[in-house]
Amino acid sequence: MENNKILYTIAIYSENQIGLLSAISNIFVRHGLNIESLTACPSALEGIHKITVTTHCDLHRISVITRQIEKRIDVVKAFLYTDDDLFFREVALYKVPTENLLNYAHFEDLIERNAARILEINRKFTIIQKTGQDESIHRLYVELQQLGAVLQFARSGRIAVTNSDRELVTEFLQQRQHDQVCKKSSQESKDKII
Amino acid sequence: MITGSEALMQALIAEGVETIFGYPGGQIMPVYDQLYDYRDCLHHVLVRHEQGAIHAAQGYARVKGVPGVVICTSGPGATNVITGVADAIIDSTPLVVIAGQVNVGLLGTDAFQETDVLGMTIPIAKWSWQIRRPEDIPWAVARAFYIAKSGRPGPVVLDLTRDAQIGMLDFHYEPIDFIRSYIPCPVASQESIEEAARLINEAQRPFVVFGQGVILSQAEAELEAFLDKGDIPAGSTLLGLSALRSDNRHFMGMAGMHGRIATNVMTQHCDVLIAIGMRFDDRVTGKMSTYATQAKIIHIDIDNAEINKNIQVYLGILGDAKNVLSRLTPLIAEADHADWISTADECRNTEYEKVISPEIHPQGSELTMGEVENLVAEYVKGEAIVVTDVGQNQMTAARYSRFTHSRSLITSGGLGTMGFGLPAAIGAKTAAPSRPVCLFVGDGGLQMTIQELGTIMQEGTGVKIVLLNNNWLGNVRQWQQLFWNERYSATRMMNPDYASLAAAYGIAYRQVEQRSELASAVEEMFADDRPFLLNVHVIEAGMVFPMIPPGKSVDEIMLNTNEWFEYGK
Ligand SMILES: Cc1ncc(C[n+]2csc(CCOP(=O)(O)OP(=O)(O)O)c2C)c(N)n1
Repeated sequence: MENNKILYTIAIYSENQIGLLSAISNIFVRHGLNIESLTACPSALEGIHKITVTTHCDLHRISVITRQIEKRIDVVKAFLYTDDDLFFREVALYKVPTENLLNYAHFEDLIERNAARILEINRKFTIIQKTGQDESIHRLYVELQQLGAVLQFARSGRIAVTNSDRELVTEFLQQRQHDQVCKKSSQESKDKII
Repeated sequence: MITGSEALMQALIAEGVETIFGYPGGQIMPVYDQLYDYRDCLHHVLVRHEQGAIHAAQGYARVKGVPGVVICTSGPGATNVITGVADAIIDSTPLVVIAGQVNVGLLGTDAFQETDVLGMTIPIAKWSWQIRRPEDIPWAVARAFYIAKSGRPGPVVLDLTRDAQIGMLDFHYEPIDFIRSYIPCPVASQESIEEAARLINEAQRPFVVFGQGVILSQAEAELEAFLDKGDIPAGSTLLGLSALRSDNRHFMGMAGMHGRIATNVMTQHCDVLIAIGMRFDDRVTGKMSTYATQAKIIHIDIDNAEINKNIQVYLGILGDAKNVLSRLTPLIAEADHADWISTADECRNTEYEKVISPEIHPQGSELTMGEVENLVAEYVKGEAIVVTDVGQNQMTAARYSRFTHSRSLITSGGLGTMGFGLPAAIGAKTAAPSRPVCLFVGDGGLQMTIQELGTIMQEGTGVKIVLLNNNWLGNVRQWQQLFWNERYSATRMMNPDYASLAAAYGIAYRQVEQRSELASAVEEMFADDRPFLLNVHVIEAGMVFPMIPPGKSVDEIMLNTNEWFEYGK
C-alpha cells in the first residue's frame, strides 16, 4: 500500500460557510491522513471559495475521501488531481541575516539562478521571495541554509489551476441555476392548477 | 414581530411537526416557555435523559418516514444526544436536533454550560449550524428539514443561541427545496440502466442484496416487481428487513454474520450481484477481499460516496432505488431461474435442521431467545413493529421475526448502540399508536436506558417489552466463549428485581421461567394496549448461530460450536 502513495491535489469549491474547513479537515483526520498543504481563498466565481489540499495517499482511499468531501452539503464540487493535470505553484519567503549574504561572493548569481527576488534588504536581514514548485523551493532553502541560518522560512501551500479546457465548476453552477429555474416554474404551474 | 422562540414553533408547525422529544434546561428556556403556548399542536414527550429523546425521535422517524425532532439544552443536554446523532448518520435516519446555546457574546468563553456543539457534531451530522440571529431561524429550520429528509436522510443539528431565541424578527416562512451545492437525488444515466439490464439479462445466476435504501426511497413495490419479472432471489441487510414480506417467494433472508446460509452462499455463487440501497458494511461482507469476487457487481445507491467505497463494483448506478428500479424492470427479460433458486434448498434445509429447529424447538428445559421471538412472531402474525436493542436479542429478533409491512424493524444497525431499544420503541409507538410495538431487549441494553420506563409511565406508551434475560452481556459472552478461550471478563451481570421496578413505574409485568408459561404470558401481554414488561429467563449460555466469524468469508459459516456448513455435501 505504502508504495502506491503519491501526491494528490484535491480542489474543493464550496459555499463560504462557517465550519466547512473543519468539516473537510475532519475527513482527513478520520482517515488518519496527514495534510501536506492547504490553502483557502475566494475563487473567481462569486460567493464560491476554493480550498486546495495536497496529501500523499493511495488512489482508492483518496477517491473515497474526495467523494466524502463532495458529500458535505455546502461543498459544490471536489476534484481529485495528480500533478499532470495541473499548473501549480507555491510562493516561499526566506528571511536570512544580511551579513551572511554580503559575505558571499556569488550572492547575486544565487538569486538569479534560482529565479528568486529580493523583497527587502536592511542591515539586519534580507527577505527573498521565490515562486516555484516543491523541489526548487526546497533547493533554494538548502543553498541559503549553507550560507548560515535561515531565520524564517514560510511557504504558501500549493495553489493550482487545471490544464483542461473545460471549466467544470462554472458549467455545474450554470446547470444548477437552470435546475432551480425549472423547479420554480414547474412549482408555479402546479400552484396554478391547484 | 415575534420572538425567535415563537418563530421556531411556527416553523416546526409549518414543517408538519406534531411530536417533539426533549428535555428542558437553562439555555433553552425561552423555547420551552413558548412551547407552553403551543402545547395543543406540538406534543412534547418529556424523556428521562437526552439520549432517550434522540433514540425515541429515531424510532419515530423510522416508522413514520418523517424527520424526528429533538429539543435539548446546551452543554450536557447537547452532549447527551451525540450518540444518537452518530447512530442516525450511519443508519440514514432523518432528524432535526435543536440544542440551546449560550448568548453569542459568551461563545468561546467557557461560560456555564457552553460547549462546542458545532465542533463536536460537524463530523457526525449531515449538517450542523449555529443560529446567532433571530432572523436566521426560518431559513435555518427550513434548510434543516430539507437536508434531513432529502436524498440519503440524516441528522441535522441546530445550535440555537439564546440571543436568537429571545430576539425579535419579522416571521415569514418559506420551505426550502433547493440548495445549489447539494444534489440529493441524482438521476441515473440511461446508459448505466441499459448496461445493468444487459448484465442481468445475460446472467445465469443473478442475486440481489438490498438494504434500507429500498425503504427510504419507498421502492418496496418496485423491488418486488423487479424480482418477479427477473425471477431473481434476494437477500437483505439487517436494515433492509421488512422491505419485502418475509414470505415473498424470492426472499432468501438476511445477509451477513448471523444471516441466512442461503443468502450468504448465494452471494458467493451468483454471477451477477445487484446491490440495492446498501453499503457493503463489514458485518454483511465478512472478509471483503473474498466477497462475491466471482460476480459482476452492480451497485445502485443514492450516495456517491458509497460506490466503490468498500467493494470495487463492475457497474455503479448513482440514483434513487425507486427511480432506478422502475426504469430497469421494463428493460429486463422475463426469466426463469428455478434451477438456480433451488440450489438454496440445501442451505435452507441444513439451516433448519442444524440451527433453526434446535433454537425454536429446543430439547433442553431452558428457554432460548429464538423460541421466545418465534412464538411472539407467530402470535403477532407480522402485524407488529419489532424494535430491538443490540446483541443476541437483536440478531435473533432479526432472524425469527416475520414481516408483512415495510418499516417494521427498528434497530440500531451501523452503530450498534446498546440502549437504543427502549427509547426507540417509545418513539415507534408514538408514531404508530394503532400498531403493536414489541421490543426485544437484553438485560444489558435495557439497563442502559432503563430510566425511560419513566417516560412510558408518564405518556402511557403501550410498548410491549420482552426482556430476554440471560444474566450476561450475551453477545460479548458468545465471543469470549468462541474466540477468547472462555475467559468471561466483565460480562456476567447482576439484574435488579424487575417485578419491583415495573411496579414502581406502574407497568404491567410478568415473569416467565418455564416453557409452559410462555404462550399464555405472550397472550396476556398483547391482550390490551397497556405498556407491559415481560421478563423471560432464557438460557445463560445461549448462542446465536449460524455465525460467520469475524475476518472469514461469508461462506465460512459455523452451524454451532463444532460444526461448519459444507456446501454440496
Ligand atoms: C453502548 C454500547 N456499549 C457496548 C457495546 C458492546 N456490546 C455489544 S453487544 C453487548 C452485550 C449485550 O448484552 P445484552 O444487552 O444483555 O444483550 P444480549 O446480547 O444478551 O441479548 C455489548 C456489551 C455496544 N454495542 N454498545
